[in-house]
Order: sequence, then structure tokens, then C-alpha cells
Amino acid sequence: MIESRFGRFGGRYVPETLMAALDELDAVWSVAREDPEYWLVLHGHQDGFVGRPTPLYFAERLTEHHGGARIHFKREDLCHTGAHKLNNALGQALLAIRMGKRRIIAETGAGQHGVATATVCARFGLPCVVYMGAEDARRQEVNVRRMRMLGAEVRPVDSGSATLKDATSEAIRDWVTNVGDTHYVIGSAVGPAPYPALVRDLQRVIGDEAREQYLSAERTLPDAVVACVGGGSNAIGMFSAFVGDTDVDLIGVEAGGRGVSGVEHAAATVAGTAGVLHGSMSRILQDGAGLVRATHSVAAGLDYPGVGPEHAMLAETERARYVAVDDADAIAAFRRCTALEGIMPALETAHALHHVGDLARELGPGGRVLVCFSGRGDKDMHSVAEYEEAHR
Amino acid sequence: MTITNGTTGRLGRSGARLRGDGVSVVPYLMAGHTGLDTTRELGKRLVNAGVGALELGIPHNDPLADGPVIQRAAQRAVDAGVTLAGCLEVARDVADEGAAPVVLMTYVNPVLAYGVERFARDAAECGVSGVIAPDLPVEEAAATGSVLRAHGVDLVMLVAPTSSPERVAAACAASSGFVYCVTVTGITGTRTDLPAGVRSVLSTVRANTALPVAAGFGISRPDHIRDLAGHADAAVVGSALVDLVDRGQDPTPLVKELVTACD
Repeated sequence: MIESRFGRFGGRYVPETLMAALDELDAVWSVAREDPEYWLVLHGHQDGFVGRPTPLYFAERLTEHHGGARIHFKREDLCHTGAHKLNNALGQALLAIRMGKRRIIAETGAGQHGVATATVCARFGLPCVVYMGAEDARRQEVNVRRMRMLGAEVRPVDSGSATLKDATSEAIRDWVTNVGDTHYVIGSAVGPAPYPALVRDLQRVIGDEAREQYLSAERTLPDAVVACVGGGSNAIGMFSAFVGDTDVDLIGVEAGGRGVSGVEHAAATVAGTAGVLHGSMSRILQDGAGLVRATHSVAAGLDYPGVGPEHAMLAETERARYVAVDDADAIAAFRRCTALEGIMPALETAHALHHVGDLARELGPGGRVLVCFSGRGDKDMHSVAEYEEAHR
Repeated sequence: MTITNGTTGRLGRSGARLRGDGVSVVPYLMAGHTGLDTTRELGKRLVNAGVGALELGIPHNDPLADGPVIQRAAQRAVDAGVTLAGCLEVARDVADEGAAPVVLMTYVNPVLAYGVERFARDAAECGVSGVIAPDLPVEEAAATGSVLRAHGVDLVMLVAPTSSPERVAAACAASSGFVYCVTVTGITGTRTDLPAGVRSVLSTVRANTALPVAAGFGISRPDHIRDLAGHADAAVVGSALVDLVDRGQDPTPLVKELVTACD
């Protein structure tokens, strides 16, 4: 049985037309996740195609720079296509093949999930349509070209704020219309059940590997595990391996944009309220009338008005805590990590890295911080240049 | 699930309106689409045009079940600052005509933000007969349904072509007022023809409930209405009318044409 609810969050708030497909997905995943054959095939592709296990890396110079806790990265940026997104897209593509659904659709924000989905679709010969907000397509033009090169059809979405929220809604509308032959590869731990649990299960490989690698390298567990949170898939994949280790702090870092005291941010857990978005009850950014608010973040992948329902529960039960890091601090962390470690983080990851710096100083020498280094930053050169141009 | 089957709400009491020899027409307007005053005037005109009920859409900026026409109408209303409270005032004025029941079509989040109890009380007080919530399947509907019914307002459940026999039965059992049968696997919007399977979906629904059955999504033409005769009690017409309103035209002539389609 796959969780449908996480405390009072989760559920399935979708048109009736989709309920049969969600039931089918639930049934197929219930069987597949207990089936050694499914995992054998998945692990085969993870080894050769994704490049797993990804390394655990001691960030020596960043540790020295902050002068406090030892900082380790779980290097998801070294996954094929440059981010953790492929873990989920690959697992779901194998499920789609199991279900006999040959047409794949996806939504994308920064383009990372779209590229990951287009990549697995190329690998398995599946037709692929990716919905992307027109504004995001402009910001991440290279990723649009990558997806097209991989054979995917990219459909820009002009409605609403022309970003990830609108792309997700449009993907859901496509699914409502073509549900018979189409599987929707949702890109984060959001959406109607069973998606939040399915995506978590497929991303859990990050946390399982990291926990084992950390124990092996450091002979103990970290004091804190940190990850950035948009919808929250890399974070939930990381956290789920440590959630039973009650001495380990779990910290999700959301996009503070131009400051959470205003409205130009995307920190749904930190500053949102309970509501329904894209098929689940969670914490969302909304106005008093229940309208979904426009969001802002310099990181397209965090620019989303909701968060996965399991994060909403982890926040409410206080098992994890959530903080917001603003655009300026994320840009500074991007530069710092690139200069000191020779590793360029995705702007999403840079949000987590800023908080890791604060935390390392707070914990002091002897402390230990593990961060999910969710993606690489090459895609963000344009955004960083644009930001610095505007703030010179 | 402890929803009583039957006709507890106002639609139940006035549900006979949806029954008849032909197919009742249920026109849909997006509240506040081109201003609440226009919606009020059009609503009054339409309920006096021989329709079975009027469906009033509550604007939301993330309408998952809607095609481009209704999405655009909702966005216009949202951009103009139309509120749920304003929509309820329009519903009251249209219901006060006493000519046909008023049913609200709303996504769940605006209702949650308004407060379910407060929404049920205010809707009842404004003379609203029923509520259709396209993102509230049976699994999530129990609590909202019982609050609405406690105030005499029906919660109409939807059935889709993809619904399994078990789901059809559950939706029919959880519905009151009428059952809304989605005729197409897809979102709202006009189609040239109704899908071939629509009659079998309608007959499956019919076999599961004594409530009136309304067909909706994709219906815009007199021949669609005639096709549904003997299979559905009512037909909801949305995007075709909303499109006329969007272009500043009066949808009443089309509604009158549809109303007489079965004569």
C-alpha cells in the first residue's frame, strides 16, 4: 500500500478522469517496488547510464573558508544530464513501459527534469512531450535545445505566469485528455497520490548511498543533512534515508527570492499556508481568496508555489525544518563554491550551500554537515550574468 | 464514507426541473468574466430562457479541468479582482428570479480559503442549490459534502468515461441533486462531435442512480442535445457560451436555440 496521505497533507484532488490512471499507477508501483526484477533492471541502468553511485565529496576548502563544521557534498551533479532528476525519470520510464504506456509527457521548470525525461525517452525510444513555461524557456534556452536534440517536442506555455506552475497545469490537462496511452512523468515529489511517494522512492537512492558512504568515510553520521527544496524531490530522497536517525537534523532550503517578508519569493513551507495545488493538499503560496500566488526565484527549479506534501508533514511534525535563502545569498554561494572547490553548483543547489555556510559556522569545528549537491550550474551562467548585470 | 444517497438538498427538491421529455439545457457562465454586473444581467436573462439550471463558475487561476476558453475567462475575472463573495452576490440575484436553480462550479481551493462552513452557509443564504467541484473526487469529498448538505446545498459528483464500474457506483452514491457525467476524456471546450461511447457511459450512470443525469464537456450544438435525448436529463453548455461572452456577444440566442433543440 502506497501512502496517499502524509498527516493531513497529500491526497488526490484531481478531475475524476484521472482517478483510474492514478489507481493503475498505484497498483503497478505497489507491485514493482517489491519486485527484485524491476530493481535489477533499474540498477543496471543506474550503473551504466546514470553513473551511480555518485561520489561523496569532502569540500575541504569550503570547510576551511567557513572555519567550522566539516562539509560533505553528495554529488548528484555528476549524474548523467547534470542533476538528480534522472533518478526519477528513469524509474518512471521503466514503469510506463511496464504499463504499456508509450507516450510520455513531463513538465519542466529549469529544464533539468525535461532534459532528464527527454533523455530516458531517447534511450527507450518513447515519444516525449515536455511542457515548459514560456518565461522559463527563455531563461533556459540551452535546455530547450537539448530537449529538442534528444527528440522531445517542447511546448511553451504562455498562460498565467508562464513558469513551472503553468507548465505543470498544462501537463495535467494533456494527461486528462490522453490518459489512455500516456504516462505523466511528474518531476518532483508533488502532485496527486501516488506521485509524492513514487518520486520519493525513486530519489531515495541519493540518501541511501549517501548514508552508507558517510558512515564508511567518517565512521559516524552527520549532525545535519541539508538540501534545497522547490517541490522537494532531491530533499525527500536525501531525508528519507535519515528520517529514522533522530539525532540528524534535516534542513530544507527554500527560495527566499527578494525576501520572504514580501511576496517575491517561492518559500511555500516557510511562508505558505495549507491549500490544494496540482492535486495534493500541502503548503502553498496563495492569497486570501485561495488564488495561487506568482512566485519569484533566481533559480527556475525552485520557482514553484507549492511543496511536496511529505515536506509539509515533516515541517508540521518538526522532524525537519525549513529556511529560506534569498537570491543575493544564493548567487554569492554559487560564486564561492565555484571559486573554492572548482565545482559549479546549480543555482538551486547554491541556496542550500549558502545555508550550509551559516550552519558550519554555527556548529563550529567538530560539527558535520552533509549537503545534497543536487545539480551542476553550467545551465545557470546566463541567469547569473543577468542577475549581476541588473544588480551592478 | 457516510454520505447519504438521495435528494437531500435544494436541487433534490427542485430536481424535477432537470427531468422532462427532452434534455434540459444548463448554461454555464464564468462569474465576473466581463464584470460581475454583466454576469448578473446575463444570468437573469438565461434563467428566464427555459433552462433547467444555471451553472455559475467561480474563477480560479489554476483551473486544471478547463480548456483555453474557460481558463482565459477565469483569468480575466481574477485579474479584475473578482472575489468569491462577489460571485455569491450575483448567484443570489439570479436565484432570486425564482426561474431556475443556480449551481456553482468551483475548484476546491477557493472554497477552502473561504472556509467550507462559511461557504456552505453563505451559499445557502444566497439561494444556491448545489455545488460542482471538478477536483474533488469521491475520496476527498466526504467532509465538504456533509457540510454543504447540512445547509441544504447539494454536492454534485462527477463521473468520467474512464471511471471504473466501482467508481461510477461510488460517485453516484455520494452525489446529491444530480450526477454530472463528463462526456469526453479531456478538459472543457467545444468539440464537433460527441464521442461514440457517451451513451454507454450515460447508461452505466443511469443504472446506478435514481438522480437526474447531466452530461457536460464538449456540448455546444443543437444536434449534440438531440443526440443526448433519452440518455441524459440535462446537458451543460459552457465553452461555447463563454466564448460568445468573451467576444462581447449575448449568449441568449444560442441558449434559446439549444433549449428548443428537442421540440
